[in-house]
Amino acid sequence: MSSTATATRTDDPQVDVAPVDVTKVRRTNRMPGEKPLGPARILAFLALALMALLWLLPMLWAIVTSFKTETDAASGGLELIGPNGITTQAYEAILAEGNVYVWALNSLWTSAVITLITVSISALAAYAFSRLDFKGSRWIFLAVIASIIVPPQALIIPLYYQMLTFNMVDTYWGLILPQIVMAPIIFILKKFFDAVPVELEDAARVDGAGRLRVFFSVVLPLSRPILGAVSIFVFIQAWNNFLWPFLIINDTTLMTLPVGLQTVLSAYGVQYSQVMAQAVLAALPLVIVFLFYQRQIVKGVATTGFGGQ
Amino acid sequence: MTDVMAGRSAAGPEPGAAPGEDSKGRRTSPTRGQASRRGQLVAWAFLGPFMVAFLLFVIWPLIHGIYLSLTDQSLTGAGGSFIGLGNYSEALSDPVMWTSIGNTVWFTLITTVPLVLLALIMALLVNTGLPGQWLWRLSFFMPFLLASTVISQIWVWIFNPQIGAANEILSAVGLEPIAWLQTANVDLISIAIATIWWTVGFNFLLYLAALQNIPTLQYEAAAVDGAGPWRQLFSITIPQLGPVTGVILVLQMLASLKLFDQAYQMMEGGSSETSRPIVQYIFEAGFVGYRFGYASAISYIFFVLILIVGIFQMVVLRNRKGSS
Repeated sequence: MSSTATATRTDDPQVDVAPVDVTKVRRTNRMPGEKPLGPARILAFLALALMALLWLLPMLWAIVTSFKTETDAASGGLELIGPNGITTQAYEAILAEGNVYVWALNSLWTSAVITLITVSISALAAYAFSRLDFKGSRWIFLAVIASIIVPPQALIIPLYYQMLTFNMVDTYWGLILPQIVMAPIIFILKKFFDAVPVELEDAARVDGAGRLRVFFSVVLPLSRPILGAVSIFVFIQAWNNFLWPFLIINDTTLMTLPVGLQTVLSAYGVQYSQVMAQAVLAALPLVIVFLFYQRQIVKGVATTGFGGQ
Repeated sequence: MTDVMAGRSAAGPEPGAAPGEDSKGRRTSPTRGQASRRGQLVAWAFLGPFMVAFLLFVIWPLIHGIYLSLTDQSLTGAGGSFIGLGNYSEALSDPVMWTSIGNTVWFTLITTVPLVLLALIMALLVNTGLPGQWLWRLSFFMPFLLASTVISQIWVWIFNPQIGAANEILSAVGLEPIAWLQTANVDLISIAIATIWWTVGFNFLLYLAALQNIPTLQYEAAAVDGAGPWRQLFSITIPQLGPVTGVILVLQMLASLKLFDQAYQMMEGGSSETSRPIVQYIFEAGFVGYRFGYASAISYIFFVLILIVGIFQMVVLRNRKGSS
């Protein structure tokens, strides 16, 4: 299947060893020497197309079903349009449930706040680990990195207990605060700051700028791409997080979208088109984010290896 | 852990190689002795906000959880007296805990291999430069961005025994329909299928990035020496992907061991004996059974399981690194 993947053309003058931006891979960046067309290539294309179809179908099918009438949806069948045609009934029913807007808004602003706090405190700390000399920096950094192995799922009980004693159960702060510590981000940002030439900062320091000034006026502007990539990821994690919001929030008006939709699911349990409309609505914001920021997201994953469910 | 982290860099460009930086990547002040006290203060000003959060929301719960696990604390606030290792001995003789661990380990096994192999095949195919790059990336990666609620709803529908697509396809090829989520032992496999569909795109992107960092020079040299495409695949591509495969394996196994969201939602909260993962048992013991002390003890058994897997993989990775 991949015989063409590694084929080589010896007369290709382009030796590309620089870091490659996956997002820019187009036909121009294909492996050198691949044949423009051939049985192997056609086979590879067919295999790829089949897999892509398999991966797209569940999503397409959810969309299609959400536009069916309930009778058509409930009778099953693989046809794209049911005997009763296309309808937006399911969406109207979902949106008539007033809480959907509240949940979407909750998801939006809590995810934004989580992202803002996480990235800010992580950037500051990563800079300290990268550039500043202080006692125990090595050990503290090691402790932070080692904490990556602690599964958040193993901390839900003591964390919940802590929120009980802080009176933060069923509050936005109880939802937000435990989500702002993400050790992998410190690691990624430290690696980036390590690579920023010290000379750039020295120039500013000679001019009398303090550390904070240097950080905000020299380092941060340079870090915009990585901060962007990291922010998108924190946002997606926060938006999609289920377990913690599910535990900490019981008040219907404080719920995030995934949790809110989960709670009404049983009410719509047999209304298949509505369930699918729900799924589509909940996915829509991230699909839009992805279409706008596809390059940054793909690059973020590729260069940082950060994410993971 | 450092090995894991070092391996991660294989997935992308290596920023540590930039010029103008000392070996530790840390800049030391020229007027060291004098500036050091102020330097400490400045450093802690940078570090402070994160460290407060780190201590409050990671370190403290980690320590307090150990204490909780030694008490009979309940969710309602009652209890809380010290009972020693009672919770642990109860957990270790609790058949439900052992089946939950068994389910979790089984799920990890049946998801990890396909999630690595499929991702590799996808990345190799896409890396041939076939037209439609954006479409391939979109198809394979898009599901990864969906919330667990969304993927659960979609797959519960697909696995619906009466009207679901899975059985429509089975009957189309003349096979007997299956009650995917309602049959013991099949339910966890169904959840695994949904999970593979959901998360393979992440590994796919990591592989794709790694593939594109293999210097073309190597292929050219190999071709000069007369190596054919298959020979190049097995002598250059696969070995070069070693480090990233190590990283993907670690991340994947740790992710699979944490199974909760999709299992809980696809089973609609009603757990079956053969699909209940360990995290769900923690949740049930703590929030359904109101036994915080007991749930904490199970949390630590779970944590030890994760540590064992993590340490085992670190040792394997280090050995592989040492031998190459």
